[in-house]
Amino acid sequence: MNVQALDIGYRYRHDPVLQEVSFTLASGRFHALLGPNGAGKSTLFGLLTRLLALQQGDLLLGGRSLRRQPAAVMRHMGVVFQQNALDLDLSVMQNLLYHAALHGMPPREARRRCAEELERQRLDMHARTPVRRLNGGHRRRVEIARALLHGPALLLLDEATAGLDLDSRTALNAHVRDLCRERGLTVLWATHLIEEVGDGDRVLVLHRGRLLADETGEALCRRHGGTSLTETFHSLTREAVA
Amino acid sequence: MTPRDYWYCFVGVQKREWLRFWQQRTRFASALVRPLLWLVVFAAGFRMVLGVSIIPPYVTYITYETYIVPGLCGMIILFNSMQGALSMVYDRELGSMRVLLTSPLPRPFLLLTKLLAMGSVSVAQVYVFLLIARWGVGVRPPLEGYLAVLPALLLASLMLGALGLLIATWIKQLENFAGVMNFVIFPMFFLSSALYPLWRMQEASPWIYQLCLLNPFTHAVETLRFALYLQWNGEAATITLATTLVLATLAIGGFRPQRTRLLGMRIN
Repeated sequence: MNVQALDIGYRYRHDPVLQEVSFTLASGRFHALLGPNGAGKSTLFGLLTRLLALQQGDLLLGGRSLRRQPAAVMRHMGVVFQQNALDLDLSVMQNLLYHAALHGMPPREARRRCAEELERQRLDMHARTPVRRLNGGHRRRVEIARALLHGPALLLLDEATAGLDLDSRTALNAHVRDLCRERGLTVLWATHLIEEVGDGDRVLVLHRGRLLADETGEALCRRHGGTSLTETFHSLTREAVA
Repeated sequence: MTPRDYWYCFVGVQKREWLRFWQQRTRFASALVRPLLWLVVFAAGFRMVLGVSIIPPYVTYITYETYIVPGLCGMIILFNSMQGALSMVYDRELGSMRVLLTSPLPRPFLLLTKLLAMGSVSVAQVYVFLLIARWGVGVRPPLEGYLAVLPALLLASLMLGALGLLIATWIKQLENFAGVMNFVIFPMFFLSSALYPLWRMQEASPWIYQLCLLNPFTHAVETLRFALYLQWNGEAATITLATTLVLATLAIGGFRPQRTRLLGMRIN
């Protein structure tokens, strides 16, 4: 399912936070939304997930407009927030069932989907464990399982590796890439860590509310004459400031 | 979205609220200890000081304990609603409120469902309190009153839940919650007919009496009191209903995507 962000703009009080952000996410591909802290990534996520009201522009998911058909769009979107959004007192299964209910899933189907998803994420042995007892990496996996429960076509992850150690970060990144490949999921992975961007990934560089680039990492390096994505990213954001 | 989707969502939110309640069973005990202390200790001390004449809905002289039971039912709901507000601020800071608000179902429906879920937990606690009051203290309203009071309890819990939700939209941080105790809970409870009849208040101070009349909690308590004794207080019920509608509209409006701060969104 193709995703198109059309001319998204957002002002907080009188300050522009996002300006004319437009991009297309190709179906079944991994896209990295790269930007330093304060670039506007979380605001963009807030707008795409309807936590913030779209002031300008629109998001089209499979041709459906977020402005006009928000329910239809939200049905096909899975979200992993930067902050942990699990109920720590409830078990993994109870958290997933709650999410299934919020998507209007019948209880029997919800139980089946939860069990399947936990098995796929290799979390089935933790189904009855209270979330409070899980480590950071497992909690993130539960959040991914939850985001995938209703079978979305688009998975948004906002700084999903925040607070994780290096091993867990690498494992989580690889896990989402596997999901992308196996299920044909369209993924938008927001991060400020360049090492989380793979060679063939489409990279969207966001800086000070503006989209500076939207192409593969290799093409980006070639166009700007950088030897690595890190170098290219830093020169790109420096140029933008100058 | 079909009506079935709404139903499953409604049941799911109710279930989650009850599960959370079950996880925090000590909260249940503490919610009951407070009104029971008032009923047993406070009422014993004040029984002799505060005479209660025959006023509707009562048709005979009543004990002070009998008088304050509906007010204490209101107290349980009031404290639970504020506890609910606290947990919503907590949910917002932790991010779990976002899970609710990114559901494809309409936001007003989700928030009303949450209010009803919190209300149903409060109502269950009130019934436990009423049973203890009946068998432990001898406050015996008519048996049919226990059924008749149910809609009044739900209405009161919706009104106070909506107030809690509205407060949750105002509070920026958990630390500010102590202010709610001082500026909302205590004035609402003490400036009402929960502990003393309004005619007593009128005798003592006409302007405090006027404040009591302006307090929607007074009308919620009177609606409960009349319903428990199988009578209908149209004025109190209408004011409670109207206040519920106003507060619920304001609270739901407070969770519009336009009000970014309330969702704990970081704008950068």
